Amino acid sequence: MKIAQKPIKSYLLILMALTTLFGYAKEPSQSHGEGEKVDTPEEIREYIAHHLKDSHDFHFYTHNESGTHYSFPLPVIVWTSEGLKTFMSSEFHHDDAGHVVVEKGGVKLTKIHSKIYELDQNATSVNFDEEHHPTNAHRVLDFSITKSVFGMLLAGLLLLLGFGALARGYKRGHVPKGIGRVLEPLVIYVRDEIAKPNIGEKKYRKFMGFLLTVFFFIWILNLLGLTPLGFNVTGQIAVTVCLALFTMVIYMFSGSKDFWKHTLWMPGVPVILRPILAVIELVGFIVIKPFSLLVRLFANMTAGHFVVMSLIALMITMKEAFGPVASTGMSLVLALFISVIEILVAFLQAFIFTMLSSLFIGMAVEEHDDHH
Amino acid sequence: MDQLLNDFSPGLFFMQLIILVILIVLLRAFAWKPILAALDARESGIEDALKAAENAKLEMANLQADNERLLQEARLERETLLKEAREMKDKIISEATNEAQDKAGKMIEQAQAAIESEKKAAMAELKSHVAGLSIDIAEKVVREELSNKDKQLKLVEDMLGETTLN
Repeated sequence: MKIAQKPIKSYLLILMALTTLFGYAKEPSQSHGEGEKVDTPEEIREYIAHHLKDSHDFHFYTHNESGTHYSFPLPVIVWTSEGLKTFMSSEFHHDDAGHVVVEKGGVKLTKIHSKIYELDQNATSVNFDEEHHPTNAHRVLDFSITKSVFGMLLAGLLLLLGFGALARGYKRGHVPKGIGRVLEPLVIYVRDEIAKPNIGEKKYRKFMGFLLTVFFFIWILNLLGLTPLGFNVTGQIAVTVCLALFTMVIYMFSGSKDFWKHTLWMPGVPVILRPILAVIELVGFIVIKPFSLLVRLFANMTAGHFVVMSLIALMITMKEAFGPVASTGMSLVLALFISVIEILVAFLQAFIFTMLSSLFIGMAVEEHDDHH
Repeated sequence: MDQLLNDFSPGLFFMQLIILVILIVLLRAFAWKPILAALDARESGIEDALKAAENAKLEMANLQADNERLLQEARLERETLLKEAREMKDKIISEATNEAQDKAGKMIEQAQAAIESEKKAAMAELKSHVAGLSIDIAEKVVREELSNKDKQLKLVEDMLGETTLN
């Protein structure tokens, strides 16, 4: 019965850490006061929504009684009306509701829901309308090293270290040693199971750099999302948009003559239909295919994080009905189960993204012999 | 949708773009190219080795066939050689025999001829010798006999008798 007496929030976080989940703490200071517990459904919902977003500092957890935040700040780089401003996110003092206003060279900046706003010239504090939108502030272009950017850099570093080691290993012999033994089959898998069958034996080589990078980048970021560090990089719509646009640009620019002929002036179809088909095909290649790519990855990863966090929250929401032990056990078992599935999903989504990318590239570079 | 658009951060998009481009460039240069090249080299090496092994096997089989053929040929040659030798031997033997026989025949003939002539000569000599002896004997006898008249007459008579019989 000890569990019930202790502040639930600490337990939530410790449990998250233990089950290698998302140890992300919502700053309690402004939204619901210092040291308060996250235990109402609304608070849980807010907590999860906050986690799913990007953030400007790297937060581990908050000690409830003292109200101390265990976190480290990340650099904020914003393009304001007065030019580029840089400072550490610690200057916001963990505020996320627009209460703390930072003045930098004549620009008043504040952070609301993980977004940095610039206050209008004469305003000193943020005014909100009924829907909680700021009325006297506007968003700025934010190039900060946010948690997601930090995650990407970390993933990039891991990729460079791991695969750099593998590449160097080949200088010593034909068979890799150490980490290379794990990585080499994965590279071969991407080459033989994803690139070659979809793009074709002759042309796949040119796209391997992109496909391999994207595959391992997404996979590592997905896996980082399952650690208690609480990254949700592939659940950021901007990230998936960027990845999908990259694929789109690649296949649009490497399209063969046949591809353009079949797209813009489909042979073997009545002439009247050809322009209509061209529009449909173009929309398909420019909008629908990248959109399906970006939404699939974004939605899967966001949903995964949402489900895991909701299951962890069961511990709190079900406490009334089943008692603390039963609800904790239930949430533990379910969260563990979904986490294991999420490990699979982490690979699956990286695979699907790369697979579809190479499929679309394959469609674009294909040369038809037949003229139907 | 509105929420999605609101969540879209152009700054994050920009950062991601830069990081992705840099990452692709770096990984291409330092990882993917050497890795794929090494994999290709290894795979072609394995393929080559397999092909070489296959070739070696074929060559080995060819060699074995060759050896077998050579052996067969050698065996045949030996047999023909032996046959030839045997024939030669037979021929030589028969020739030698014939020659020997011829020679022997000739020698016998010669010997016979020599014997014949010797015999004739001997006979002639014998005859003359005998004739001489007979004359001597006859002389002596005649001398002795002629000393006695009666005996002389008798002898003449005997001789005449003999001569007629002859």
